Amino acid sequence: MKTSRNLVIGAALSTLFIAAALISFIWTPFDVTEMNIPSKLQTPNGTNWLGTDHFGRDIFSMIMVGARTSIAVALVAVGIGMGVGVPLGLAAAARQGSLLDEVIMRGNDLVFAFPSLVIAILITAVFGPGAINAIIAIGIFNIPVFARLTRSAALPLWQREFIMAARASGKGNARISMEHILPNVTNLLIVQGTIQFSLGILAEAGLSYVGLGAQPPLPSWGRMLADAQTMVSFAPHLALIPGGAIILTVLGLNLMGDGLRDLLDPRIRVERT
Amino acid sequence: MTNFRTLLLSASAAALLAGAAFAKSDITVALQLEPPHLDPTSAAAGAIDSVLYSNVFEGLTRFMADGSVVAGLAESWEISDDGLSYTFKLRDGATFHDGSAMDAEDVKFSLDRARAEDSTNAQKALYAGITDVIVMDPMTVKLTLAEANGSMLFNLAWGDAVIVAPESIENIKQMPIGTGAFKFVNWVQGDKIELARNNAYWGDAPALEAATFKFISDPTAAFAAVMAQDVDVFAGFPAPENLPQFEADPRFQVLVGSSEGETILSTNNKMPPFDNVKVRQAVAHAIDRQAIIDGAMFGYGTPIGTHFAPHNPDYVDLTASSTHDPAKAKALLAEAGMADGFETTLHLPPPSYARRGGEIIAAQLAEVGIKAEIINVEWAQWLETVFRGKDFGLTIVSHTEPFDIGIYARPDYYFQYDNPEFQALMKKLNATADPSMRTDMIAQAQTTISQDYVNGYLFQLAFPTVADAKVQGLWENAPTQATDLTGVSWSD
Repeated sequence: MKTSRNLVIGAALSTLFIAAALISFIWTPFDVTEMNIPSKLQTPNGTNWLGTDHFGRDIFSMIMVGARTSIAVALVAVGIGMGVGVPLGLAAAARQGSLLDEVIMRGNDLVFAFPSLVIAILITAVFGPGAINAIIAIGIFNIPVFARLTRSAALPLWQREFIMAARASGKGNARISMEHILPNVTNLLIVQGTIQFSLGILAEAGLSYVGLGAQPPLPSWGRMLADAQTMVSFAPHLALIPGGAIILTVLGLNLMGDGLRDLLDPRIRVERT
Repeated sequence: MTNFRTLLLSASAAALLAGAAFAKSDITVALQLEPPHLDPTSAAAGAIDSVLYSNVFEGLTRFMADGSVVAGLAESWEISDDGLSYTFKLRDGATFHDGSAMDAEDVKFSLDRARAEDSTNAQKALYAGITDVIVMDPMTVKLTLAEANGSMLFNLAWGDAVIVAPESIENIKQMPIGTGAFKFVNWVQGDKIELARNNAYWGDAPALEAATFKFISDPTAAFAAVMAQDVDVFAGFPAPENLPQFEADPRFQVLVGSSEGETILSTNNKMPPFDNVKVRQAVAHAIDRQAIIDGAMFGYGTPIGTHFAPHNPDYVDLTASSTHDPAKAKALLAEAGMADGFETTLHLPPPSYARRGGEIIAAQLAEVGIKAEIINVEWAQWLETVFRGKDFGLTIVSHTEPFDIGIYARPDYYFQYDNPEFQALMKKLNATADPSMRTDMIAQAQTTISQDYVNGYLFQLAFPTVADAKVQGLWENAPTQATDLTGVSWSD
């Protein structure tokens, strides 16, 4: 019962922000770059549902487009992590104990050992700030997460009878990995993907906050927070609204991840039956 | 220590109870930028002067709070009729903080050093016209000039022309020794610089016994430090949006003065399409100055139409030649063959006038079809790419030197304005001493650069100081970069 409630709340929150991001492609209440300086710093009201910022831009519209920025960055970053990490993990598991396995896993340890945000700052400092470089920076740190997860989930599978059967029928390592191992670790990957997605949103907000994420005039939640910093004492809604959006999105995704794990993780599923 | 503090506290409480005056004799002043080193005569960094000008180092002449130039270490002077020689009579009893006397040899050393071939003085050009510095006797020094220079006394008042001693020059960057009312005590890099009263000072003794300069670059931290009264004064407060809160608080006073900072949309005059005056004029008409002042500076700032400070008596208001007129801007772009607009870059250094102002300008330029890509840069990167590399389309920066219209006569300066007529005019101005003729020429210079739309002229940067309500004698305006503490005291 508790499980499904987590999932429902999480999915509802996540859907809300994903919907806001998608709708922002075709409609926002106001043009998000349109400045109206005489009506700056307004508190939430009938015209500007969440008020206006220090340039008189509509905060509701900025949150919608900011959701798009966050989600796009996090989605592509998770995509990079999965796209590179999963094949690496599968390869390492298929040749367990080999030199390849060692090289891949120690390489992962190396990336893991770096403080991720610091390296992200380094990457954006070298290649210049911007959404694309933020995506790459966050994506790189998703690789070892997925590689490890895939390998550890795949290793026990290799001992199972159906894999031996597949091998007996003459299939090679690559084909077995794709046809038999991968489908059996997908559940775990989906759960981890949700968690990484929420971490990606946090990382994007962090990079934008220090000015290394999406560049103006493209709205981003992290930069909205940074801009609001000196105005918190007299216009707190400027910081509370993007801050709240980040919290709710990350909370939603984490709840959804938990819910999905309860639902999909074979280990938990086995315990329950 | 604790006991001592308790004792102090009870002593002050007793003093308060008794109604006796218990004036504080030390002050903590916060500034946003920390000096890179402490030699004002070998670097362009204004932060050095912000700490040391008038407090530790003095020149032959000096700026007062209202921008006027008065006698400093020179007690009086005589100018020859042809304007080619200046004879300065030096102040009797002026000594350096190490005890040695300040005499004509020190003046000769300082000025020769400033104009030497290998000099790294940031304003070397101001002193290049000096042909010789002659020591007449220990208290008299004579300057001879190649040609008459009407602004020589003004030039000598700059922090770049302060008098230093040959004995202490070696360690000046860490251990500055001057003649001022305060002597340097200690510098904790990244944190603070401490000064103490110079009891052997030749002039009126300052009321303060000690002063600490603290460096707080982050606007949020600046707000917190003032609110918590960790600092007594914040000169050049970085966040104009917080000023109304201080104004409403009886614990503080807010002085909003005028600075020498002409904040401009610097334009690369050599980079197409900005080499076309019509395009530059279009940019000027696309800009809404008031929106920038209101949006980026929360209303603090005075619109300018040329590169000149509005509080200067010679200022000409030329804002009318670049009014906000997007339709005209579009028409001008069409005339220049760019009806569809164009793309360029907008480099923005860290201060909020640039970062926020830049976002507003990018939006205003977009309205007339100019797509300016915002590139946020740190100062080091700005100096490298924009100032030295000249690799930019547009940038926003505040030129804080006083009377710096002369930079338009330097074709190799980063915005690369090359107009021989203007260069000739500046040359003529430098050689003219007659005040009314100078006024005319200065007006002409202002008009020329305004009509050539060299840069987008935005606003004169306000100089906000937030201070404890009981501090008096602070400079309201910033005629030069300085935090002169010699006249500062506590009111109770």
